Amino acid sequence: MRPKRTHLYTLAALALFTGLLAVADLTFDSFTLRVLDLCAIYVVLALSLNLVNGFTGLFSLGHAGFMAVGAYVSALLTMTPEQKEMNFFLEPIAPWLAHLSMPFVPALVVAGLLAAALGFLLGAPVLRLKDDYLAIATLGFAEIIRVILTNTQNITNGALGLKGLPRYATTWVVWGCAAASVAFMVLLGRSSYGRAMKAVRDDEIAAGAMGIDVFRVKVVSFTVSSFMAGVGGALLGSLLTTIDPKMFTFMLTFNIVLIVVLGGIGSITGSVIASIAVTILMEALRFLDGPLDLGVVQLEARPGLRMVVFSIGLMAVVLFRQRGLMGNREFSWSMLSRIGLLPRAGAADGAPGGKHGVA
Amino acid sequence: MALLSTQGVTVRFGGLTAVSGLDLAVEEHEIVGLIGPNGAGKTTAFNVITGMNRPTEGKVLYRGEDITGLGRHRISRRGVARTFQNIRLFKELSVLENVLVGCHVRMDAGLFAATLHLPGYRRRDREARAFALDLLRQVGLEENAGDLATSLPYGKQRRLEIVRALATRPSMLLLDEPAAGMNPQETIELLQFVRQIREQFGLTILLIEHHMQLVMELCHRIYVLEYGETIAQGDPAAIQNDPKVIEAYLGAQ
Amino acid sequence: MTLALFLQHLANALSLGSLYALIAIGYTMVYGILRLINFAHGDVFMLGAYLAFYSVATFMLPWWGALLLAVLLTAAFGVGLEWVAYRPLRDSPRISVMISAIGASFLIENVAIVLFGGRPKGVTVPDVMNVKLTLGGVSIMSVSLVIPIITFVALAVLLWVVQRTRVGMAMRAVSTDLDAARLQAIDVNRIVSFTFGTGSLLAGVGGIMWSYKYPQLNPLMGVMPGLKCFIAAVIGGIGNIPGAVLGGFLLGGIELLTIAFLPTLTGYRDAFAFVLLIVVLLVKPSGLLGGAAVEKV
Repeated sequence: MRPKRTHLYTLAALALFTGLLAVADLTFDSFTLRVLDLCAIYVVLALSLNLVNGFTGLFSLGHAGFMAVGAYVSALLTMTPEQKEMNFFLEPIAPWLAHLSMPFVPALVVAGLLAAALGFLLGAPVLRLKDDYLAIATLGFAEIIRVILTNTQNITNGALGLKGLPRYATTWVVWGCAAASVAFMVLLGRSSYGRAMKAVRDDEIAAGAMGIDVFRVKVVSFTVSSFMAGVGGALLGSLLTTIDPKMFTFMLTFNIVLIVVLGGIGSITGSVIASIAVTILMEALRFLDGPLDLGVVQLEARPGLRMVVFSIGLMAVVLFRQRGLMGNREFSWSMLSRIGLLPRAGAADGAPGGKHGVA
Repeated sequence: MALLSTQGVTVRFGGLTAVSGLDLAVEEHEIVGLIGPNGAGKTTAFNVITGMNRPTEGKVLYRGEDITGLGRHRISRRGVARTFQNIRLFKELSVLENVLVGCHVRMDAGLFAATLHLPGYRRRDREARAFALDLLRQVGLEENAGDLATSLPYGKQRRLEIVRALATRPSMLLLDEPAAGMNPQETIELLQFVRQIREQFGLTILLIEHHMQLVMELCHRIYVLEYGETIAQGDPAAIQNDPKVIEAYLGAQ
Repeated sequence: MTLALFLQHLANALSLGSLYALIAIGYTMVYGILRLINFAHGDVFMLGAYLAFYSVATFMLPWWGALLLAVLLTAAFGVGLEWVAYRPLRDSPRISVMISAIGASFLIENVAIVLFGGRPKGVTVPDVMNVKLTLGGVSIMSVSLVIPIITFVALAVLLWVVQRTRVGMAMRAVSTDLDAARLQAIDVNRIVSFTFGTGSLLAGVGGIMWSYKYPQLNPLMGVMPGLKCFIAAVIGGIGNIPGAVLGGFLLGGIELLTIAFLPTLTGYRDAFAFVLLIVVLLVKPSGLLGGAAVEKV
């Protein structure tokens, strides 16, 4: 149905991206590579929040909680018994956990599934709530998770956290997960199920009158989002090789909300661009937290200045450009044709996922 | 046996009785009107039938089965579709997508089958699109298929809402003030359209309307509500000559 | 457990509860008027404590002068916050306003980190607040006695304002239907400013009392109390001022008494409020003193 040319463009873009990734993987220094990998993880996380928030219209603030579950599960499943023993010096690890070990990829899946299971258990009661009540209940849930992680010394090592996690989250793994998330979201968005989610977002009552089981759609969306958040958390833990409960505060959720809002709630393209931009800026602006040399004046180190910049950025977007970077539009090849960067395709309807496209 | 009936349906909101002892009976293939002044409880009656409100007392029967208090999606799936007085379109979806949402349940598309675009899903998706486009063509909305639903003019939005309801393949359609805000020309078109879809889909129709000419022309039978009470029922001629109705409703002019 | 010990715990619980109540009132007032969770309320609380601290440390004001100045500045800050972060979004979707509230909260916290420094600061507690009172084996600091008094005075004054004055009538009108109130020629913006001012003033008092009770400041000190007091407001029935006070006392009581009786749960202290919240939302979302809301079709 769609002109073949756009398929070719997509394939070419994919090949180009894979090539660039290979070059980056071989030539970048470890710090730059880590930032690049972090971008991919934030893509997964932002898309998972966008699924509940942008597609289904549920404002959840519990992401840090699901990430924490994913991170801890995969860490405990991939660490060797010796590593665990070294970590748990305050109180020995629970015996059943001490020798549990599996390769990274299955551990990633288990981490996602456990986060999803928790999302399902929480979602079943909490998703009956609306708007701000849902937000505060999910936020509360994330805090509960964090308190539990801090207090279960023989399972999570409590406030000490876990150190020396094996670093399986290579560039290929994280970008593979990011690509899978993008593909999933694009396909879902174009499918009938995605439409049902958007219908629930736009008008619950009308969606119900169309025979859509609104509550079920919400639970499915929340559960899948929890899965993605769990996987994202697991990747993050493996990339940083250190996790502790303090990492998973509301601050982390805030970062993801920031990305989704900046990119445009509901836009996959927006989430991807904003994930990359925000992650790079977070690193690039790190100098703000150190001593500043403004030529004339020398300022002593003021940690926190960086987050001031991001908070202002978020406020500015909410106040002056509520729809964010992309609104809820998506990238399409025809978009490039329209501004003259590509030859015009034969048919005008070649807008994959285009907001108002008939495609 | 009536396709749809309500038995002594009463709805109270706090101290206010919105509907009191409503006994409706709608036969298969009939067009029945529900009229009455504003605040008479007509929309509340619709809400009870379609599962939006639970009645304080009484029962709703559809095809002889008790559907009182079932979830709204369950009632929709049994074949009862409706439109809303204050149009409720999916505002960020296109016209075609709005209709396709109506097709969703019949497509039986689970999350994974739909996302992975499995062959069975692809086929049903193609059929749904063809069906939806065909419906849009019948009401002259096919050219707007790609437009944002809320960008349509008012009259077209009303028509789209009816089409969206039809996409659920109902056997019973409830229309809440379908002619509201329409000009005379559009109202005539609506009249023909309602007759046409009733024939084409074998529908039974219950409608709320203030446009008396339309109601009298279209409906086989009419119920008149005032302050939640049913004050009269019968065919249009009988209603027009009912002294109670004239006093309560028509006499107001 | 001896009776004296029990009474001691009870006294502590009352003192903490009344502090929660004081902050919860601000949440409930704002929510009642604008249907908005003012995420930054906890940060306004933090600001109050810092302003009092700097008034003493920098301007050498006596503690009561510092308290007065800080409270007024905090109230003004609350009014300004609404003006900048919420007023432009009055007609936007609720989600946007909430995101703005979260953004404002983070902005205030991070500006505070930059300005005040991330390291905790010790507070010099005024002598009057630091007297140890002992009565039949129960001993409390005088500040713990002052807080409940302030809370109840504030409650009484607010109830009088809301029930008996023109401003209060306007507040109730705006709370019932903002657009209708506007049509009745009520200056909605002024009422909203008044509400934010009053709520922030109480948060400022709460913050300062908190810093007398737990004499240490840090820029994130408002986060946890802020969340908990919002929960207290929800438990009591959001929008309902006596409900907020009730919720505050309940939360303070449950928190301290649970720890007192089950010391093994001490580490889970911060989770109680959230568990309670989820339970209340599921069992009676309108809270203990709140009315039922009907969904409109």
